Amino acid sequence: MDLFGSFALLLAFLCGLYAFGGGIAAIITRRPLLIKSARHAGMAVCVLIWLGFGSLAYLFLTDNFSMAYVVEHSNRTLPAFFKFAAIWAGQQGSLLFWSFLLSIYIFSVLFTYRGKHPELMPYVGVVLVGVQLFFLTLNNFIASPFQILGSAAPSGALQWILRADGNGLNPLLQYPEMVIHPPILYSGYTGFTIPFAFALAALLGRYPGEKWIHLTRRWTMIAWGFQGVGILLGAHWAYAVLGWGGYWMWDPVENASLMPWLTGTAFLHSVMMQEKRGMMRVWNVWLVFTTFLLTIFGTFLTRSGVVNSVHAFAQSRIGPWFLGFIGLVLLVCCVSFWRNRDYLRSDNTLDSLVSRESSFLFNNLILLVACVAVISGTLFPVLSEWVRGTKISVGVPFFNLINLPIGLFLLFLTGVGPLLAWRKTSLASLRKNFGGPLLMGLVAGVVGRALGLRNVYVTTCLILSVFVTLTILLEFYRGARVIAARGNCNLLSGVAQLTMRNTRRYGGYVVHFGIVLIFIGISGTAFNQDKQAEMPPGAQMQIGSYRLTHQSFDSTELPNYTSERATLAVDRGGKQIIMLYPEKRFYPSNQESGTMVAIYSTLKEDLYVVYAGHSPETQQPVIHAYLNPLVKWIWLGGAIVVLGTLLALVPNRQPLLALRTAAEPSRAAPLLSPAPAPVPHYDGHD
Amino acid sequence: MKAKTKFGIGIGIILVSLSALAWMGAKQSQTYYHTVAEISTLNAAALQQRIRVGGDVAAGSIQHLPGRVDFILKEEGKTLPVSYVGSDPLPDTFKDGAQCLIEGHAMPDGRFVAEQLQAKCASKYEAAPGGTESSQPASSAERKS
Repeated sequence: MDLFGSFALLLAFLCGLYAFGGGIAAIITRRPLLIKSARHAGMAVCVLIWLGFGSLAYLFLTDNFSMAYVVEHSNRTLPAFFKFAAIWAGQQGSLLFWSFLLSIYIFSVLFTYRGKHPELMPYVGVVLVGVQLFFLTLNNFIASPFQILGSAAPSGALQWILRADGNGLNPLLQYPEMVIHPPILYSGYTGFTIPFAFALAALLGRYPGEKWIHLTRRWTMIAWGFQGVGILLGAHWAYAVLGWGGYWMWDPVENASLMPWLTGTAFLHSVMMQEKRGMMRVWNVWLVFTTFLLTIFGTFLTRSGVVNSVHAFAQSRIGPWFLGFIGLVLLVCCVSFWRNRDYLRSDNTLDSLVSRESSFLFNNLILLVACVAVISGTLFPVLSEWVRGTKISVGVPFFNLINLPIGLFLLFLTGVGPLLAWRKTSLASLRKNFGGPLLMGLVAGVVGRALGLRNVYVTTCLILSVFVTLTILLEFYRGARVIAARGNCNLLSGVAQLTMRNTRRYGGYVVHFGIVLIFIGISGTAFNQDKQAEMPPGAQMQIGSYRLTHQSFDSTELPNYTSERATLAVDRGGKQIIMLYPEKRFYPSNQESGTMVAIYSTLKEDLYVVYAGHSPETQQPVIHAYLNPLVKWIWLGGAIVVLGTLLALVPNRQPLLALRTAAEPSRAAPLLSPAPAPVPHYDGHD
Repeated sequence: MKAKTKFGIGIGIILVSLSALAWMGAKQSQTYYHTVAEISTLNAAALQQRIRVGGDVAAGSIQHLPGRVDFILKEEGKTLPVSYVGSDPLPDTFKDGAQCLIEGHAMPDGRFVAEQLQAKCASKYEAAPGGTESSQPASSAERKS
């Protein structure tokens, strides 16, 4: 099976070479048969990669311990579920997994658009296969997962070794979330290849109009959605498993996943300007190039050991390959941009500071600044060594100081942007759209202040959250009221109809609302508190309104680990709420220990309890309790973002004509008037 | 005033204020990397700086004392006595032979006082899950800074 797998990958590589070369030849000669054959070769590459991946999965599931990679990451007693997850637990397997996911995207694109867009698709195919070829090179020649354990016999010949059992999977990864987090995040990373390929193809082929943007809109949203969920799942895993009481610490590996998400978010917004107004063509092309390069750069960061992170892969010789690929892609992008730059000229210019265009511009600018800040903070040690010769790193305060105001400004734009008109917004419409929500937001701020809110950021966040939420609700309400009045249905079904008529716009609002919830959750960090104490059985600890009573302590030996566990009763106001069991596990087989955090989570706050081991002096158990307000809102917000993204992917249900009148209540003066809105381009999100 | 000019001014204000914040943040949290060998050669000014050192925990050197944990950090044959005084509990991975990253200040007497500590197991595992972009085992003590 290992032979089968490595042959499949080798064949995929050769096939890819043909698809790449043949694709270029097809573009030059324009022979339909050659175009078709290159496309089929591209699809064959994908299928061969699936076979290669399948055989690696087979090797894992059948406990083939003659394979170096299987030995390293699996063992017999590992549940099948985790055996499958072990496929991407190491460098080689995760690179094959990357190829695998990429090939799914590529196959879907080649299949969906087969025989369509003959001017564009050959280019797209060549770019996609080119990217895939890079990863196949790594899979085949640099980091093959199909290496057999062997040693040199005294005679010099190679001897095979079959191990009885493998080393097992890192206990920290034996957690259900770790099974879904990498696939989702990787689906995000690889997914950005699609809009990149279309952008580059449109540029190379001088494909007319904004069609490539329409074609890639859904693909970009899928990739963006996956990336966001992947980031949140990673944060949640860190929170629930690592036991340090938080979910984000601006670690290089976290930052690597955040950067393409930031530029991807910018891209999702700025394409609307190109669709509606024919502006920002150069900008969009470069945004998508950058996003793709950042996904590759992110992998490079986590795999090359360039930045000091305890989280990254072991150092390996793979770094230069990524750098080389980044350089090559950058070169291709620059050259094709330079040669075709006249094709990207803008139709329009900016008219007013208070307009939809400018809100998009600010949104883009600020997302990009955030991205640059994150990159430079992450690479600070490398940069400072170049510039000043000393290695200096910057820590959490750097990232927080710069990203907090950026985040709040973005939150502000989230509320304002969608309601501004294209070109220019009048003062009257500003007052009408924003007066109420802004007033309510300020009221909320004043109330918060009166209740003892002192932190400026948190107060601002509160004001903006109320403001944004109300603008979103108002949008739904106004639209739904028109539909309800016309269709004689109730308001709720009006909302449903409204949403289905313009899923992109209203799905977008739902996403925005999810983002508001995430911001609220993050702002809770300002009120975190924690307490650590030695707690012999019988001792008590008070944190916030909770009282923890240590009832008993037990230590048990199980087949694969020993566990030390405290039993804590939690009560509030004299009423018992829940029992918590913070635990420490020690895995003798690989000398690792793991912390099992106990969390009591409510919308108001999380009570997060860690058993931190014995005090070395008194031998008493040490309990570290954290009170983290509002954390649940982050995960809730994430779920709503997913919901909104899915909504936006659904095709619209009604023809555009019906949509325009319905989706535009804020413009049509009397709400019941059937007259169409005066400005034809108002309905921004489609 | 033309829209473009206004826009330019807006961008300028944003960029300037954010750069100022970035500079402040960098000043607040900058940490100098040094090797164990370099620590003994630092001058008085450098002793004021926040320093980060990496190395291996010398086998058998960990001593739990009241209020602090002493151990010896080894790198390329050089050793550095360290006192960890941080408030966070030591990470699970901190033990003999572990790779360790500490942050704190060098004392004139040659001892290093660490306020933060990260450790990763020198085990057969690679340090990270399949390149996943999430936080990893090691550090519990560093987290809260």
